[in-house]
Amino acid sequence: MAAKTFYSILLIAGLSIHLSVHAKPPSEADMLAYACAACHGINGSSQGPATPSIAGISPDYFIDAMEAFKEDERPATVMNRIAKGYSEEQIEKMAKFFSSQELKITPQKTNAALVEKGSALHETHCAKCHEDGGRASDDDAGILAGQKMPYLRYTMGDIIDGKREVPTKMLLKLKKVHEHIGQDGIEQLINFYAAQE
Amino acid sequence: MKNSRRHFLKASLTTAVSSSFLFSPWIHAGKSKQVVIIGGGIGGATAAKYLRIMDDSINVTLIEPKKHYTTCFMSNEFLGGERDFQTLQFSYDTLEKRGVTIVHDKVTKLDADKRQVTISSGKTFNYDRCIVSPGIDFRWNEIEGYDEKVAEKIPHSYQAGKQTLTLKKQLEDMPDGGKVIIAPPANPFRCPPGPYERASQIAHYLKTHKPKSKIIILDDKDNFSKQKLFEQGWQRHYGYGTSNSMIEWISASKGGHVESINAKNMTVNAQADEFKADVINIIPPQKAGKIAFDAGLTDKTGWCPVDQNTFESSIHKNIHVIGDSSIAKPLPKSGYAANSEAKVCAAAIVSLFNESELLTPSLINTCYSIIAPGDAITVAMVYGFDKGKIIKVEGSGGVTPIDASNHMREREAAYAHSWFNNITHDIFG
Repeated sequence: MAAKTFYSILLIAGLSIHLSVHAKPPSEADMLAYACAACHGINGSSQGPATPSIAGISPDYFIDAMEAFKEDERPATVMNRIAKGYSEEQIEKMAKFFSSQELKITPQKTNAALVEKGSALHETHCAKCHEDGGRASDDDAGILAGQKMPYLRYTMGDIIDGKREVPTKMLLKLKKVHEHIGQDGIEQLINFYAAQE
Repeated sequence: MKNSRRHFLKASLTTAVSSSFLFSPWIHAGKSKQVVIIGGGIGGATAAKYLRIMDDSINVTLIEPKKHYTTCFMSNEFLGGERDFQTLQFSYDTLEKRGVTIVHDKVTKLDADKRQVTISSGKTFNYDRCIVSPGIDFRWNEIEGYDEKVAEKIPHSYQAGKQTLTLKKQLEDMPDGGKVIIAPPANPFRCPPGPYERASQIAHYLKTHKPKSKIIILDDKDNFSKQKLFEQGWQRHYGYGTSNSMIEWISASKGGHVESINAKNMTVNAQADEFKADVINIIPPQKAGKIAFDAGLTDKTGWCPVDQNTFESSIHKNIHVIGDSSIAKPLPKSGYAANSEAKVCAAAIVSLFNESELLTPSLINTCYSIIAPGDAITVAMVYGFDKGKIIKVEGSGGVTPIDASNHMREREAAYAHSWFNNITHDIFG
C-alpha cells in the first residue's frame, strides 16, 4: 500500500516536471483571460496610457468589480457591456488567472514634488489598507501601485463624486484629503501611486 | 532489505518518468508539430506568438513579405494629423526571439494535399497544420474605372502603408474649400466603423487647416456601424445636419451607390449625381486574400468557411483560416476579432496536436472610433459557443450610450489609445 502511494507520488512528480518543462497546456481560464489582453495587456499588465492593469489583483476584488459592472453599479465605459457576457463561474476562473499573474509596471512620467507629498498622505490615510505602496492586494484592496494616472484620476473622481461605492472608511479619508488640501491632495496621491515601480 | 528498497526506488523512478513520458498528452516523442502561418498581420502574428506560449514544442514558421506591419487601426488618426506614421509600424523581431521562424517572402502556392507551402524563391515548407491569415483583397472593377493601377492615384487606404501616406499627402495638397469624397462599400467588409471614423478624422484635419472644405460620403448602404453615435459626434464637432456641415452622408437609397469613376477628371459617378472632387477615397468591395482563393479555401461568398470551434477550413483539412478572410460571423472583420480568433485557433491546434479535448471558444470584440481628439465611441461584444457556432452572449455588448457625457467619451478616447498600445504589444511584443 505504502509502496503504491510512493509510486503514485513519483508518477505525479514526474508528470508535473514534464508539464513545466515542455508546455503550458491552455485551460478554460486561459481561453477566457487571453481575450482580455487586447485592452488590459498581456496577462493583465497594461501598457497604458489609461487602461488599468489587472495582473496580481485580489480574486475577491476582481469578482466584486465584475459583479458591480454587470449590475451597472460602477461607472464604466465598456466594462459594463463586457462583464455581462460572463457567468459567475467564468468570472471566478478569470479572477484566479489574473490574481496569479505577476504585475509588470510600465513606467509613467510623474512629478517628483507631488510624489513626495503624496507619499506622506498615503502613509497617513491609506497605507493601513493599501499596504506596500499600494502594491499589496491582501484584504481585497485594489492594486494602486503603478496604476495608470488617467485611470487613478477617473477612479478618485468617481469615488469623491459618490458615483462609485467604496468602504465608508475609505470614502471618509479621501473626502478629508479633498476637503483639506483640495484637488492638489488627490493629484499628490495619484502621482505617488503612479510612481511606484 | 536496503538493497531491494533502493532497487525498488530506482525501478519506480524509471517507470514513473517513462510512464509520464508515454501518458502525458503533452509529450509525444517524435510527433511532428510543424505549423506554417501565411500572413503576418493581426491574426497570423497573434497565432504565432500564442502557439509558442501554449506549447513551445511546436515549430512555428511565419511567412510575410513585409519587414514591418502597418496597422490599419489608428491610421485614421494619422490622417487626422494626430499621430506619427511610425507609431503604426511594428517589426517581427520579438516574435523571432520567441522562437518563431520568420520568412520574409511571398507564398506562391499552398498545396492542401501535399501539406506544403511554396514561396517565390522556390523553397518549400511542409506543415502538419497551416494557418492562413491573408486579410482582405479587393473586388476590382466592380466600380467601373477603379482597378489596382488607378488605386495608386485614387487610394483606398484600406491596407495601411503606402496608400495611407498617399491619402495624407493628397489631403495636405488640396486647397482650402476643396472637396473630399469617401465611398464605403456594402457589407461585409473590414472594420465596419472604419470609413466613418476616417470621415471624422479627415474632418478634424480640415477643420484645423482647411475649414472651408467639405466631405461627401457616398455610401453603398442605408445604415452603418455606430451610426447614431457618429452622427451625434459630427453634430458636436463638424456642424452635421446644418447648412454649413463639413460632412454630408448620402445613403444607398438616396443614390450613394458609386457606378464609375474617372481618375483623369477626378469625378465620381454615383446614382444620385456626378461629383467632382479634389481627393477621392474609394473603399472598394472586398473578398478574402488572394492565397485563400488560389488554395481553394473560399466559397461562393468570396470568404472562407470554417469550423468555428477550431477555425479549420470546412473545405481543406489541416488548414485554418483566421482574421478578415474567414467567415467568423457573428464576429465582425476587425483587428480585435482577428486577435481573439487567433488565440482560439492556436488553442485548438495545441489541443489537436496533443489529442486533448477542445476548449470552448470565448472571444471579445471592442472597436474604438475616435471622432475628434478626446472624443471616442465604442461597440463591444462577448462571444461564446453553442451548437457548433460562435454566438453573441445574450445581454452583453452594445455601443456607447447615446447620452454618455463628454467626460465618459473622453475616457473612451484614453482607453482607445491604451487599446492600441496593448493590442499591438499583445501581437508583436
